[in-house]
Amino acid sequence: MAVTDHGTGQGAEGRRAPAHGTWIESIPPAVWALGAVLLLMPALANDFVLYQIFGWTFILGMIGLSLMFLAGYGGMVSLVQMSVAGMAGYMVAIFGSSAIETISLGWPWYLSVPVAILIAVAFGTVAGALAVRTEGIYTIMITLAIASAFFYFTRQNYVIFNGFSGFNGVLPPQLFGVDWRQAVPFYYLTLFWAVLSYLAVLYVRRAPFGLALQGVRDNPRRMRALGFNVTAHRIAAYSLAAVIAAIAGILLTWQSAQISPGTAGVGPVIDILIIAVVGGLRHPIGPFIGALIYVVLSTFAIDILTGLGLAGERFRLLIGLGFLVIVFFSPDGVLGLWEKWRASGRRDPLTGEDRGEDRGGNREGGA
Amino acid sequence: MTARASTVASRISATGTANALELRGLTRMFGALAALTDINLTVRPGERRAVLGSNGAGKTTLFNCITGDFPPTAGTIRLFGEDVTHFPPHERIRRGLRRTYQISLLFAGLSVRDNVYLACRGVSRYRFSLLRPRRDDALMASAEGLIEAVHLSDARETLVGDLSYGQQRQLEVALALAGAPRFVLFDEPAAGLSPTERRELVEILTNLPSHMGFIIIEHDMDVALRVAESVTMMHNGRIFKEGKPAEIESDAEVQALYLGGGHG
Repeated sequence: MAVTDHGTGQGAEGRRAPAHGTWIESIPPAVWALGAVLLLMPALANDFVLYQIFGWTFILGMIGLSLMFLAGYGGMVSLVQMSVAGMAGYMVAIFGSSAIETISLGWPWYLSVPVAILIAVAFGTVAGALAVRTEGIYTIMITLAIASAFFYFTRQNYVIFNGFSGFNGVLPPQLFGVDWRQAVPFYYLTLFWAVLSYLAVLYVRRAPFGLALQGVRDNPRRMRALGFNVTAHRIAAYSLAAVIAAIAGILLTWQSAQISPGTAGVGPVIDILIIAVVGGLRHPIGPFIGALIYVVLSTFAIDILTGLGLAGERFRLLIGLGFLVIVFFSPDGVLGLWEKWRASGRRDPLTGEDRGEDRGGNREGGA
Repeated sequence: MTARASTVASRISATGTANALELRGLTRMFGALAALTDINLTVRPGERRAVLGSNGAGKTTLFNCITGDFPPTAGTIRLFGEDVTHFPPHERIRRGLRRTYQISLLFAGLSVRDNVYLACRGVSRYRFSLLRPRRDDALMASAEGLIEAVHLSDARETLVGDLSYGQQRQLEVALALAGAPRFVLFDEPAAGLSPTERRELVEILTNLPSHMGFIIIEHDMDVALRVAESVTMMHNGRIFKEGKPAEIESDAEVQALYLGGGHG
């Protein structure tokens, strides 16, 4: 991420003046509308859409968000986030209960879930500590290496990770008498955590830690000259991102009731990168947009392909083509397309110059 | 803030009589090229010194060694009596050292206010805070004060990438003055500034509190000799001459080497 990369798009968040008045007044109507739709979705959509489309979108969006936090604000493209999610999923299966009773310890959820998150965050932090001394392509390489190592280790280790088959029968607790694997409860469960992590990232962006992280992205050398320990800051960013990925990993494991090496294989690792890039790395809403596109494509591509008389298992071809098209037209993903469209609406059609009424003041990015 | 103030006070009292900066035998090699050779330099607390020399004389390398961007090949660096030769940059900054860069190193994706706020935050506690600053935040207030001091109040919400060159230079100075510095390294702060902006800069530098010493690298003799009470001439990575501005200005060797040397 070069310093000059942040000229136009970053403005969506950077130029925004701090909200005066109460924070509720500062929420744009579009966000109210989106919130209402998301809350009332169970009245509109069937169980399949709630559970498979939206549940999965929120989970993958959260893992993408943890990557967006590191890449968008920290300038560190980490491919280890899916592995962190996988680690959390494995730990909740190992410490909690699963069908593999010889390994699972059967702890109650209020012990197994926090322990799983802690171990996954420790894993994400160690991976970060290894990765932060590198820059750019080397960060990608080293995190990919860690992700591959995690995949092969889980596949070959039978004592703890139960090798190739992993764990099945990993169920969420029956808390408050609700079966959280039912479509509607699971929808709200994933919605809650997705919104919470989204708001947390939005908030931290303007807190000292988030500002300093963006400072590290723009100019690590200057950050040192301002008294910041850049390495420590980067590692802490990995820890924070790992918390989001870990929660998502547990939800992912509960959704399919199983975790196996393939969950965090190299394919899914790359998918998370695609989700974050397609959606856009400039704003935390990006990964959720990317996740929705990915989930819809991978769910319905088979139908489209067989409808066209092609082999259904080629659905990744469609995802790949979609990825190419979006990245070709906008390096900043769907968010970038949106901003381009907004900018062209503001531009005078004759002179091509900015009409100016919106500049520097109250530009709102995505949400 | 009080806790921080007392640690600064205790440091000052512990190191009160020590020199602000003491370089002994400082040498920096880039491969076979000696960028700095056996530099011995002492700057008293509160002293203001200009470092002059033609391009390639080693002035910026000297700054990079003092702040820790480059480790020296040989020699020691003492800051307020403390040997900081092997300290990472941020530890030196937390001891009261600051610097500006010849080519502005700013955070283009952040606003002016956030840039200065980061500078204030960097030398105080809670750098890792996940809580946003409140409206009455003391550091935010001191950031606002600095923005005013460098005449950037009108641009405080502007993204730094959108600032003019002169404004970026002013911001560069503001970042170096954040959080009670004790000793500042200014690397050509006036380069590329208009005559008016130069006057403002000279005013800012001469109005700094008297305990705040600095070294300034400056090609503009008007600026350098107006703000400095002593001058160090560098040539080919060595210290060539030291003295009062008037002595240096009238020195025949210096004139031959530098002033009349047709540099530009």
